[in-house]
Amino acid sequence: MAVYEHTYKPYSGEMTADWSRALVIPRHMFGAIFQSKLFVGLFAFCYLCPLVMAVLIYLHHNLNALKILNLDVSNLVAIDGAFFLSYCRFQFAMSFLLTVIVGPILISQDLSNNALPLYLARPLSRAEYVLGKSSVLGFLLSLITWIPGLLLFGLQCSLEGWSWLAKNIWIAGSILTASLVRIAILTLLAMAVSAFIKRRIAASAVLFAIFIMPQPMVLVIDQLFRTNWGSIVSLTQVMGDVTFSLFRVDRDDIFGFGSLPPVAVEWSVLIITAAACLLVLSSKIRAYEVSR
Amino acid sequence: METVIGLNQLSVNLAGRPILKGLQCELRGRAIGLLGPNGAGKTTLIHTLLGFYPPSSGTAFLFGKDIRSGARQMRALVGYMPERDSFIAEMTCVHFVRYMAELSGVPPQAALERAHESLFYVGLGEARYRKLGTYSLGMKQLAKLAQAIAHGPKLIFLDEPTNGLDPPARLRMLELIRQIRDSGSVQIVLSSHLLRDVEECCEEIMILKDGKLVVYCNLEEERKANRKFLEMETQGDLNGFVEAINALGCEHAITGRGRIKIVLQNGARVRDLYKVAGASSVQIRSLNYKRDSLEDIFIKAMENGDGGL
Repeated sequence: MAVYEHTYKPYSGEMTADWSRALVIPRHMFGAIFQSKLFVGLFAFCYLCPLVMAVLIYLHHNLNALKILNLDVSNLVAIDGAFFLSYCRFQFAMSFLLTVIVGPILISQDLSNNALPLYLARPLSRAEYVLGKSSVLGFLLSLITWIPGLLLFGLQCSLEGWSWLAKNIWIAGSILTASLVRIAILTLLAMAVSAFIKRRIAASAVLFAIFIMPQPMVLVIDQLFRTNWGSIVSLTQVMGDVTFSLFRVDRDDIFGFGSLPPVAVEWSVLIITAAACLLVLSSKIRAYEVSR
Repeated sequence: METVIGLNQLSVNLAGRPILKGLQCELRGRAIGLLGPNGAGKTTLIHTLLGFYPPSSGTAFLFGKDIRSGARQMRALVGYMPERDSFIAEMTCVHFVRYMAELSGVPPQAALERAHESLFYVGLGEARYRKLGTYSLGMKQLAKLAQAIAHGPKLIFLDEPTNGLDPPARLRMLELIRQIRDSGSVQIVLSSHLLRDVEECCEEIMILKDGKLVVYCNLEEERKANRKFLEMETQGDLNGFVEAINALGCEHAITGRGRIKIVLQNGARVRDLYKVAGASSVQIRSLNYKRDSLEDIFIKAMENGDGGL
């Protein structure tokens, strides 16, 4: 239909593959997200830690550079599990901040504008809609967690050699697993909050509250019941503990107190959280809500 | 003509309440009007056909495909203009229409072209780079129409498309709907409680009341069938006149004081009516050919809510 004709003509061109429909959502979302200067600034800042760690790895293997900087290799931090654990802890904190910025707009925008019927009147299922929206956060968080993490690991392997790789291959698995767990929980929580709260600032505040508020509660529970199981009410601590266990760090050594909840319990907390988020999404992502 | 929508004892319950009750009919027209008072189930029927609500019993077919099993393929063939405001306020209109076209399966470049074309077509060409949140109600309605046609669907559901429009905007919207209908490449289902809108655009109607189908008729055929309706205003004693009309073999109905409706049958002509009126000392003050209007059909349907006319 030419512009000057102003008559209705049907579309007779080719159509995209069925499976690619969900990918349209992240493509358009990225365009909107990267228009925010705050987001771009924070996203760039997220690469500071990987950059510093890449320099540290490089210095470990470059005696000339160490000489120029007047440094001794023994003064540098060792490149081992603890090194990559520190990387993950910093990047996970950054991933939380990114989630607080991006997460609330994922679904709330569509809900507040009543746009869901338009999505779901097209060849796009509810699951594909959720997948498309979650892939936005999933992809962004991957770009700052496990992807640079594995690149750092690869850099270390390439400089240190096969023997180091053979001995430390579990670190790559830990980076990947810990990151994916963190991404899954953050994404699901952000989507569930976004589906519940239509105002962006309120949704961001609720996300903060979910992760920060339970911290004092942990102390209260531990003091009241003389236990160390209070941590299971704090997702921050649960995810932290799971990360420690994945990096083969004894948590009791770090925190100096015994009988922490078993890792299996903490995995269960994460699974229950994910299931609850999916339940919320399943009830909220509908073309129209049926009032009872 | 191919059946566009087939309803086979379709019932829908929402929150335990029956909303649609055993709808049964086949719709074939290029433009199908869904009429009914508020709460009759028009929008629920559209939502069910779009796969938003599952049928509690029975089923429906769109272009022969069962909505229970082929909802996804079916939705690729339809465009939907919802009743309520539905858009993404922060997006420009052209971006929004493009986005929706892409979600329907149009490749990105073609979707952008179609978005521009659709917006020019509906008359939003100059405003297409404005954010949707800044649009007036009339412009939002046009933007909703643009997103419903951008991907070139075979069937378009228009739910109260003239809601909130001022008279010029309403006429423009109806003109667009007629143009789309007359393009011949797309079928339209128009849901409205405004009889004029449906009468001006549709050739087939379905009237719902309390979730039941009370009337299904082809307006064109109905108009043709009722060509010989005469409405007369008379003065004088009607008894003798009515007997004379009976003797002519014409059906009649007294619709008010001195007002009578007659169907000319068995070769009777208007001249015969004047003759029998003169013989019965009845003055015919006015005589008009009248077709049963949609309003008549609707009012009768609402009065005989059990389904008969």
